[in-house]
Amino acid sequence: MERYDLIVVGGGPAGLSAALSARRAGMRDILILERDDELGGILNQCIHSGFGLHTFQEELTGPEYAARYVSQVQQLGIPCRTSTMVLDLSLTASGEKLVTAMNRREGLLSFTARSVVLAMGCRERPRGALNLPGYRPAGIYTAGTAQRLVNMEGFLPGREVVVLGSGDIGLIMARRMTLEGARVKAVAELMPYSGGLQRNIVQCLEDFGIPLLLSHTVVDIRGKDRVTGVTLAEVDDDRRPIPGTEEEIACDTLLLSCGLLPENELSDKLGVALSPITGGPIVNESLETNIPGVFACGNVLHVHDLVDYVSEEAGRAGACAAAYAARADLSDRDPQAVAEEVSLTLRPEGGIRYTVPQTVRPAHIEEALLVRYRVGAVYTDCTVSVWLGDVCIMKQKKKKVTPGEMQQFFLKKEALSAAGASDDIFVRLEKA
Amino acid sequence: MEIRNLICINCPLGCPLTVTLEEGEVVSVVGNTCPRGASYGRKEVSAPTRTLTSIVRVRNGHLPVVSVKTAADIPKEKIGSVMDAVHRIDADAPIAMGQVLLKDAAGTGVDIVATKAIRRI
Repeated sequence: MERYDLIVVGGGPAGLSAALSARRAGMRDILILERDDELGGILNQCIHSGFGLHTFQEELTGPEYAARYVSQVQQLGIPCRTSTMVLDLSLTASGEKLVTAMNRREGLLSFTARSVVLAMGCRERPRGALNLPGYRPAGIYTAGTAQRLVNMEGFLPGREVVVLGSGDIGLIMARRMTLEGARVKAVAELMPYSGGLQRNIVQCLEDFGIPLLLSHTVVDIRGKDRVTGVTLAEVDDDRRPIPGTEEEIACDTLLLSCGLLPENELSDKLGVALSPITGGPIVNESLETNIPGVFACGNVLHVHDLVDYVSEEAGRAGACAAAYAARADLSDRDPQAVAEEVSLTLRPEGGIRYTVPQTVRPAHIEEALLVRYRVGAVYTDCTVSVWLGDVCIMKQKKKKVTPGEMQQFFLKKEALSAAGASDDIFVRLEKA
Repeated sequence: MEIRNLICINCPLGCPLTVTLEEGEVVSVVGNTCPRGASYGRKEVSAPTRTLTSIVRVRNGHLPVVSVKTAADIPKEKIGSVMDAVHRIDADAPIAMGQVLLKDAAGTGVDIVATKAIRRI
């Protein structure tokens, strides 16, 4: 059985960055497993530009951004198996990780690894998870499926389109379908605000005169074989359709852009504890899950807005995995010392939906820890504060925060020096 | 005096800009976080431009299409005619990333370049 120091599950932006940083931290035996035929993940179908402003200080398209990482992986000679699907993750008696995978060339494969980085990304919320009424004809796609069909396979999946949900992929596909000759009649969003970036509302909808209908949803889908139309209605504050506001729109295609779900079936099988809020693993400051030596990064951990943040986060996960696997003996940690180590829980309060990481061991922070978070609603002129017990250790004023835009702060190691083992860190949002 | 409220599209921050014009001339841009925002504000009210990305069909490639972009921004009102030009491009694999597939698209002076490498099969 092939044995590795690190196996990275997923060869998208997170997996590539994690593998590169682990190699640069001195790790030798690394394997990347990718189920698609080429590395790069979802970036391959994101042909629009806007990637890399933070990482490379220039604006790249998705394929260009991916190519920069793929070429580094190739230069450093990090082994990859593409077209290879990981089927199962489990633990051996000695605490090593057993990775079961499959591909057409080699059949069933088993590997062991000292450490694993989970980088499987996320999936789109499908129709079945949205409880949409109406018939089940052809012509209903998630925005990402349509994106793959248009941008990689060269098919236009429809001519007259309605988009439900205003996530970034939905906005970008509204523009893309328009450029390819389709007519996008409306983007309907259940919430009173868009889930996508402002810049995408401007350059994907307003540039092309596509109406964005906030507080609207699909209340009926018509058509037996193919979609022939949908009915939109306005919703009230409780997101219930308001009778009398229905509007029928003829179309042959409905695109869904209603949120992304971290893809954690493998993590779950391994026994990784998942957060009901992010849908991703609960991790500590080292991006390590409850299973020692198993790390998570990118959209499998929590859904990001920007690939630049994914690359940065995955780089940290890869370095932490390298540090873990470099320890001479995996059982060298005194269980007593581990149990007594100060580990603080980050508790989101009052408008903060979640933080990543969720726990912090101050002894494992170098100088400062980057904490990312999202809010649950739109707030203007508010204050986000961080408290160690009842002592405020950080405060930042925010002009405007929205659920669609990830926020961050740095937690300084020195601010946590007084922390006792039973202390919590509270992250609070207060309105001015 | 005319006031235009815009959202800067240069980066994901999406700064809300207020552009003040006096007899058609920009006299101030406020709300931007960086210099790129100020220049976007000035340009957007006089001669707005965009980067255009799309795909081009490829013969003999490992994929049926290659992703492309305009090598620089093009005038916003030229998006339609540049797309027509992109649709007429005839490409044959192999294609290198950055390779020019069409020079001076629709008289804009801007080239269409590949954003992905396509192998010949």
